[in-house]
Amino acid sequence: MKRPRRVLKSLQRRRPASRARGRSAPHKADHATVLLLIGTRKGAFIFHGDARRKNWRIDGPHFLGHIVNHLVLDPRDGRTLVMASKTGHLGPTIYHSADEGRTWTEASRPPAFRKAPAGTTARAVSHTFWLTPGHRSEPGVWWAGTSPPALFRSADGGATWDGVDGWNEHPMLDKWEPPDAGTPDGPLLNQIVIDPRDAAHMYIATSGGGVFETRDQGRSWHPLNKGVEANFLPDPYPEYGQDAHCLGIHPLRPDRLYQQNHCGIYRIDRPSDTWERIGRNMPADIGDIGFPVVLHPRDPDTAWVFPMDGSTVWPRTSPGGRPAVYRTRDAGATWERQDRGFPREQAWYTVKRQAFSADEHDPLGLYLGTTSGMLWMSTNEGKSWNQIAAHLPEIYSVGAAMQP
Amino acid sequence: MRVLIPTPLRSYTHGRAEVEGSGATVAALLHHLDTVFPGIRFRLIDEQDRVRQHMRIFVNRESVHDLETALTPTDEVQILQALSGG
Repeated sequence: MKRPRRVLKSLQRRRPASRARGRSAPHKADHATVLLLIGTRKGAFIFHGDARRKNWRIDGPHFLGHIVNHLVLDPRDGRTLVMASKTGHLGPTIYHSADEGRTWTEASRPPAFRKAPAGTTARAVSHTFWLTPGHRSEPGVWWAGTSPPALFRSADGGATWDGVDGWNEHPMLDKWEPPDAGTPDGPLLNQIVIDPRDAAHMYIATSGGGVFETRDQGRSWHPLNKGVEANFLPDPYPEYGQDAHCLGIHPLRPDRLYQQNHCGIYRIDRPSDTWERIGRNMPADIGDIGFPVVLHPRDPDTAWVFPMDGSTVWPRTSPGGRPAVYRTRDAGATWERQDRGFPREQAWYTVKRQAFSADEHDPLGLYLGTTSGMLWMSTNEGKSWNQIAAHLPEIYSVGAAMQP
Repeated sequence: MRVLIPTPLRSYTHGRAEVEGSGATVAALLHHLDTVFPGIRFRLIDEQDRVRQHMRIFVNRESVHDLETALTPTDEVQILQALSGG
């Protein structure tokens, strides 16, 4: 069914530039600017940075009141935005923009399951949670992960979407992804990563089954969870059933992946099929529970996490009310606390899995958004942090995109 | 027939709170509306032809759950969002 394209004018407001406070380390001359793409519980915001990452122009809200789980710029063309959206009442959809958000077009066929035959399980997409641009060799291709945990593909820049039957109709799916295994917003297919060497080699992270791998672009799948704990199941090291919060593949060493899981921080170096719990090396009073993990694009040994309190009833706040990121520079053997600039006490937020990103500058810029609507950045690889927005809605996603 | 559109769906009806629709059943009416206002149906009805959890359809002020409910040209159909959310 092909519908005419419908173009919406975005409700954007331009505000005066705000200045990032605090000191900024010098960095190499680099004329690329950073675009921060912020998805929130109440709409989307785009922060336009200058080349020095000092001044930011806020563009938004776009789609005020809409739940925006993910907003992503296509790195292959540097201008196409794709956004996953729904509202508290209306069904889920996808918008795309070819002009940095000045106008938006709704997908004429958003992600949706086929009509189920009578007597079979009738699934409906609740929301699209994750968007990934396809491999560089496949311009226009996008992948989407939804709740319930399903995989969809677009070959036309997000205008129309088709289910990936190899996953969505897999005979093991009910066992891999039990309908009741998931987050407060439902079970998720929460991440899709693609091997930069091979468009057919992909990994997905799910909230009910853990990590799965395909080598034929989604036609067949197998679990990849050996060594990963699931302390909420009778067998704490099952073949599947883990809760993979966040997954990162290193662009320069794609055999290396990091995972922030519900039960710890892990690293794997393929072809090994076993994850190593590098979070065991975190300070015991902080633990290794959290949502995001961010990789240094030029150093496979460096990664950041934002720990949260996973003790007792799982408060999911900064441990002790003292926010900090932790960095490893030796692939997880040791970790260092980086909290300069963050509140010293009584700060009870956390950072969701899509809400911590890095740019590509040198030194690397880091950006994170909190559940309390604050946007923080570091221009010196986490050494110190500045707040660049304080009163946004609850932040679901933060993407840092480079623009020449 | 007269169809009343709630505020969340008026981006599809070019801001109009009331539109003309036709169809022998609620299902047929919604398909007709979708041809005139592309995309409106999926925000209201899921891919299994169920009214979404937080949306409501009334025919002559009576709540309707069965999309095969018959309609006549003099009926008034009101689409509302349920009292929910946060």
